[in-house]
Amino acid sequence: MHLLLKFIDFCKIVSYFSGLNLKDVAMYTQGLTHEPEAAVHAVGDEAALTRFQARIDGEQRIEPNDAMPAAYRRTLVRQISQHAHSEIVGMLPEGNWITRAPTLRRKVALLAKVQDECGHGLYLYAAAETLDATREQLYDDLLAGKARYSSIFNYPTPTWADIGAIGWLVDGAALMNQIPLCRCSYGPYARAMIRVCKEESFHQRQGYEIMLTLARGTPAQQRMAQDALNRWWWPCLMMFGPPDGESQHSDTSTLWKIKRFSNDELRQKFIDATVPQAHFLGLTIPDAALRFDEATGHWQHGAIDWEEFRQVLAGNGPCNNERMAARRKAHDEGAWVREAALAHASKQAKRAA
Amino acid sequence: MATPRFPLWEVFIRSRTGLAHRHVGSLHAVDATSALDAARDLFTRRNEGVSIWVVPSASLVASDPGDKAMMFDPASDKIYRHPTFYEVPDEVGHM
Ligand SMILES: [Fe+2]
Ligand SMILES: [Fe+2]
Repeated sequence: MHLLLKFIDFCKIVSYFSGLNLKDVAMYTQGLTHEPEAAVHAVGDEAALTRFQARIDGEQRIEPNDAMPAAYRRTLVRQISQHAHSEIVGMLPEGNWITRAPTLRRKVALLAKVQDECGHGLYLYAAAETLDATREQLYDDLLAGKARYSSIFNYPTPTWADIGAIGWLVDGAALMNQIPLCRCSYGPYARAMIRVCKEESFHQRQGYEIMLTLARGTPAQQRMAQDALNRWWWPCLMMFGPPDGESQHSDTSTLWKIKRFSNDELRQKFIDATVPQAHFLGLTIPDAALRFDEATGHWQHGAIDWEEFRQVLAGNGPCNNERMAARRKAHDEGAWVREAALAHASKQAKRAA
Repeated sequence: MATPRFPLWEVFIRSRTGLAHRHVGSLHAVDATSALDAARDLFTRRNEGVSIWVVPSASLVASDPGDKAMMFDPASDKIYRHPTFYEVPDEVGHM
């Protein structure tokens, strides 16, 4: 939403999550932006498509008023808006702990992080709007339950350690996904991601620092850290989306250089980066099958429960209803402010005329 | 009720004294004052700027990407507009 709105929503999040048992966080797009092959070729003539593909292959950026296949536009609107929704819904699980952060240092950091996520949502909505979507429509689609956001934000944050785990793991996984998006073929999306990645760099570090403090603390604090890792590990692996063999989506996104790495490639990068970080904390990854493969130099993980992933996407995760209820409440309670702001602006404009 | 629309603004920021304002993004706001406030919150949380301009997006006039060749190609063969086109002997020194 527009800034004022957003700022008001933000204040609300901060103020009224304190006592509620809203418990979760937010992330990204999960390759849910499937565009059927037939749709691609139905749009425009072959020559235009060939010219477009030549620009993509030549690593030229596509800008808002450039010619583009309708399917490219649709894919981007869907992906960028899902991404934006994820940033916004993602404020909820962490907002849950702002008033209960253990120290002032932790509180200002968490507040700044959640504020950043809000900004990320705004940059992304603005990028989607360059494709002729309207922010109001995108937002109304989210509130109506017609649009998706990342599965990860439908998990709860019952303890302070979850805030550490989110920064370390969820933001860490998000970064893996977002760094290649800085080179995405669509200019406004790529530029938004550059801003986002710059701001993200503190998020993961603050999360890891929380985990480190707990891991070096009392046995009870260490257990808390381990429990949070146990809760977040598998859902974080699911953030990258279905295994390559099963996802029909990636073909055109890859062809159009929206997506630069496959789901499994990004997941593997995340695991390889994260396992040693967990070991440094003295924590155990909750995967009995996890082992280092000397031959490939990669950590091999056990089977992921994709049924859980499907259930969360279908709306049956632990916090889906809570998340949407919180967003609708904030939006409804902001309605009078939007009206008042518009009324004030038109009165001022009349006076000036 | 559908969410009412707020006008769109383009935001330009001077990152430090001596540099030009540069486009950083866009946002929605009901009027210029709230657009400035919003731009400050959204784009300068880490000392990114010392000055902000906001301009109604509807006021921008842009060249058509379809006219790119007509607009810009005529400049590409005029190499005599560049200093390297001209021969000056080394003995003359830097010029
Ligand atoms: Fe973010
Ligand atoms: Fe983040």
